[in-house]
Amino acid sequence: MSKVVNRAGSPYLERNKSFGRWYRKNYIGWLFILLAVAGISLFYFYPMGRALLLSFQSGMGSNLEYVGLNNYIRLFSDPTFIAALTNTFIYLLIQVPIMILLALFFSVLLNDATLKFKGFFRTAIFLPCVTSLVAYAVIFKYLFGVDGLINQFLMDLSLISQPLNWLSDPVLAKITIIAAITWRWTGYNMIFYLSALQNIDRSMYEAARIDGATSFQQFFYITVPMLKPIILFTSIISTIGTLQIFDEIMNITNGGPGNATLSISMYIYNLSFEYSPDFGYAATVSYVIVILVVILSLIQFKVAGDDK
Amino acid sequence: MRKLKRIGVYTFLSIAALVSIFPFLWMLVSMTNKSVDVTQGRLLPGGHLFENVRVLFESVSMVTALVNSTIIAVITTFLTLLIGSLAGYGFEIYRTPGRDRIFNILLLSMMIPFAAIMVPLYRMFGGVSASIPFLGIDTLAAAILPTVITAFFIFFFRQNTKMFAKELVEAGRIDGLSELGIFFRIYLPTMKTAYAAAAIIAFMNSWNNYLWPLVVLQSPENQTIPLLISNLGAGYSPDYGVIMTAIVIATLPTALVFFIMQRHFVAGMMGSVKG
Repeated sequence: MSKVVNRAGSPYLERNKSFGRWYRKNYIGWLFILLAVAGISLFYFYPMGRALLLSFQSGMGSNLEYVGLNNYIRLFSDPTFIAALTNTFIYLLIQVPIMILLALFFSVLLNDATLKFKGFFRTAIFLPCVTSLVAYAVIFKYLFGVDGLINQFLMDLSLISQPLNWLSDPVLAKITIIAAITWRWTGYNMIFYLSALQNIDRSMYEAARIDGATSFQQFFYITVPMLKPIILFTSIISTIGTLQIFDEIMNITNGGPGNATLSISMYIYNLSFEYSPDFGYAATVSYVIVILVVILSLIQFKVAGDDK
Repeated sequence: MRKLKRIGVYTFLSIAALVSIFPFLWMLVSMTNKSVDVTQGRLLPGGHLFENVRVLFESVSMVTALVNSTIIAVITTFLTLLIGSLAGYGFEIYRTPGRDRIFNILLLSMMIPFAAIMVPLYRMFGGVSASIPFLGIDTLAAAILPTVITAFFIFFFRQNTKMFAKELVEAGRIDGLSELGIFFRIYLPTMKTAYAAAAIIAFMNSWNNYLWPLVVLQSPENQTIPLLISNLGAGYSPDYGVIMTAIVIATLPTALVFFIMQRHFVAGMMGSVKG
């Protein structure tokens, strides 16, 4: 990151030159950032504080009273919460690596200067990003229905003899969700890698080739290390996104069968707006996501090393 | 061997492209077919398009949803760009005391999951419902306000301002422009590309937003497109042809923007990442 060089010299010199100019250059900056600071404080930090207070309260609707740590203790014996947490982790641990590897793979293939129809392939793979989450979720729900096209296709290929219950089998429903998210987001990640790849000096590959490195070795010893910062960036974004997953679950499986696909966000929604509302406990569950986001981001930073 | 590898690459990429495009083709084809044909897996265009469009606009409040989504997305995009670019410019151009600390604190808000603040936000807007009715639960203003200011766009504009020639600010001052005048007359016109990219992202986010509108907009006359599609999709006897028509209409604006302004789109994304 390049820091802006202050062309006018040190602040002390400026102060001596002209107070008005110094004031203008420094304090008028407040006016520019005021709305943003106020808005983020009001719509992010203040609600976070309120949620923390709420997480120590319990009761129906707005009849809340402080119950100390009861909500936090309740988490450990709440099977629905444990199911939601487990499901969310399954999505995270299976979907994010698959997607990142696929995206890396596509971007390396597309970075080949001699490849034809590059623009077409790139646009096609990126295209899922233009759909709204709700729209594609509904489409996937129909594609994976019992009489949906996926079953018809698999039966035509004689891979299965009977239609599979994609949406009402606990394991298949999770696979459906993972397939859906991968479809939607792989191209998005690919774009980041493609732009980063263009900054890698081609002579490095040439040197490696002269030294007899195979494509696989080039990929793991040049491409991956060079892309490390951007891989870190995308994996943090994907982790935060997956921890919050809601739209797809709500519209493909509605959390079912049973609670087999329920995510933490959807459980918070259900606690607040579907079941008899328990805002306090919902806030407690929501703090679990916050803590997870912070911990997982820190771990990813640590694993990737200190290079920015 | 090389040739074999080539064929492998093309086959693989073709399959990937087909998988990516297929749902789009399917929804385009299905919007021209009867519901029965869609369930029977018909993959050829039919002659039912006008009937589907008619049913969609007659039986469902499609027009209302389109109007609501457009109002919300346009206002959100405008405010997001204005406030985000003012802040990004402010952080980069002025050496406001403590600016980097404030900036980093604002960036922390990107880690806050929406689900975590959804309940307090709902209660906040519920609290003002009685005293300020036009801002309370079930108003478009409530759907817009919390989504307008995001740290992402402040970050985005600060990154882009790094590429803005700072000499222009000095030149503007010498010409006697006010600080805001410099921003609107010099900065804004030179940063068109950044604004275009940000506008695309902001519009898409708003047009496709689901969870907050689902929470805060309750009456049918305030429904947005994603809410409408979600309701149609959850129905017990869905009319697939009609739903596909609704989905195509919902996807059309973002798809068009993407195809027309693809260059801006990719440029904007790169600009937001390069440090």
